[in-house]
Amino acid sequence: MIDPSSLRNEVLSKADIAHKIQRIAFEILEAHPHDPLAFVGIHTRGVVLAQRVYDCLTPHRGDIVQGTLDIALYRDDLDNLGTIPSIRGSDLPFPVEGAHIILFDDVLFTGRTIRAALDELIDYGRPAKIELAVLVDRGNRELPIGPDYIGHRMNTSRGEHVRVLFDDIDGAEGVYLIIGGPGS
Amino acid sequence: MIPEAQNPPPRRRKDLLDIETLSPDEITFLLETARPFKDLFTRSVKKVPALRGKTVLNLFFEPSTRTRASFEIAAKRLSADVTNLAVSQSSVVKGESILDTVDTMQSMKVDYMVVRHGASGVPSFIARHTPASVVNAGDGYHAHPTQALLDAFTMKEALGDFPGRKILIVGDILHSRVSRSVSTCAHKLGMEVGVFGPSTLIPNGHPSYMQVFDSFESALQWEPDVIYLLRLQLERQSAHFFPSMREYHNLFGMTRERFRQVEKRGLHIMHPGPVNRGVELVDEVLSYERCLINRQVENGIATRMAVLYWLQPELTAPKFEEQEEETTP
Repeated sequence: MIDPSSLRNEVLSKADIAHKIQRIAFEILEAHPHDPLAFVGIHTRGVVLAQRVYDCLTPHRGDIVQGTLDIALYRDDLDNLGTIPSIRGSDLPFPVEGAHIILFDDVLFTGRTIRAALDELIDYGRPAKIELAVLVDRGNRELPIGPDYIGHRMNTSRGEHVRVLFDDIDGAEGVYLIIGGPGS
Repeated sequence: MIPEAQNPPPRRRKDLLDIETLSPDEITFLLETARPFKDLFTRSVKKVPALRGKTVLNLFFEPSTRTRASFEIAAKRLSADVTNLAVSQSSVVKGESILDTVDTMQSMKVDYMVVRHGASGVPSFIARHTPASVVNAGDGYHAHPTQALLDAFTMKEALGDFPGRKILIVGDILHSRVSRSVSTCAHKLGMEVGVFGPSTLIPNGHPSYMQVFDSFESALQWEPDVIYLLRLQLERQSAHFFPSMREYHNLFGMTRERFRQVEKRGLHIMHPGPVNRGVELVDEVLSYERCLINRQVENGIATRMAVLYWLQPELTAPKFEEQEEETTP
């Protein structure tokens, strides 16, 4: 559990997050008023984001299917990690073959997580289309990957760390910029 | 859909040599990690790229089909390259020492060595002399840690949780590395451990948590949740610890009569395989719905994937760098 008092430099408040999520939801609805959609959240906070956007859309679209993706086994830096990530497992309870997938993650940084997620999704089948939605795009990409739906865009340097907290799992809510923190 | 918080994972180790040195947290982590690996088997692409570009060497100084195949499939599903070396048929027969064999293999730059040997302690000896991660796949009478982990995983699936549950291990407790590792693992996870077997095959200095029974009937009255039948290692029995196979079956085997009681009480039956039909158990046990033997085999792959995923080979070992420098002009 994170002590919120240790976090200064609030970038987004709880109310801001709710507003950004609603905007992402309406942008998705506008782009896809009728197409069948599958929401896939990347563990851990991408899953929360996908769920929140899904909840916003429930009154308008009752037909969206949901799944979760754990990219631990597809990371490109496993060799260097002294502690191996826990695996929660992926759960895609719909045929990926031919699906229109919207991938959710909390922060988009180097793009390596998304690369891993794309590789994993494609191991399940050949989706018709994959789009990407993120709460925060903090720049500094190392791969040619771009988001389709963005909650908040900000310029950061590599030494900074963007931390997203959600009530559901962190017991506090907000987006914070930590200077000199570990890389995202 | 909201994920639950999890305990932080334990630090990685270089080798897995026994259960004794693993903490309950490490064991629990490996069991939790095996779960999603098992889920992969239902995917159309059963492979993940976690060990891409790595080489796993199966170094078996003792014959083995099942364990070797299980490790091979586990490594391949993690995208590693696998080489099998059945040393009983190769250079050791021509007089090469274990260390020379390991040095030769090391020159081929393998990242993981899965070692089985008839003498206790050989995997840990090899581990001290190689930067590769060493997994003990059974050494002498000492340990068979991946067997214990896959058994714990299978029991977790069948029983849900460990504390207060009881496992009864039946057979040659003295010579069995499986029994040693399974009982240690069960104890560390909070299970009660009972053993039963020919009195000549019960070790004198057994650990205090182990309850020893003198008949199958008294052991069943203890109400175990799982009966773990050990394989009678016919190929290893040179001394005569019991009179005959038939007597072994009558006194220590899962006879038809005992099986009826087991079935009535809904107990689970496990066996590390391969089964000697008519010795450790009668045929009909194998079609009993709470006989977990086939599940043990299936779970072996997922558990071994978790082990290979967790271990971390040393990238550079000084000993080998020095050697290489000497030979480089």
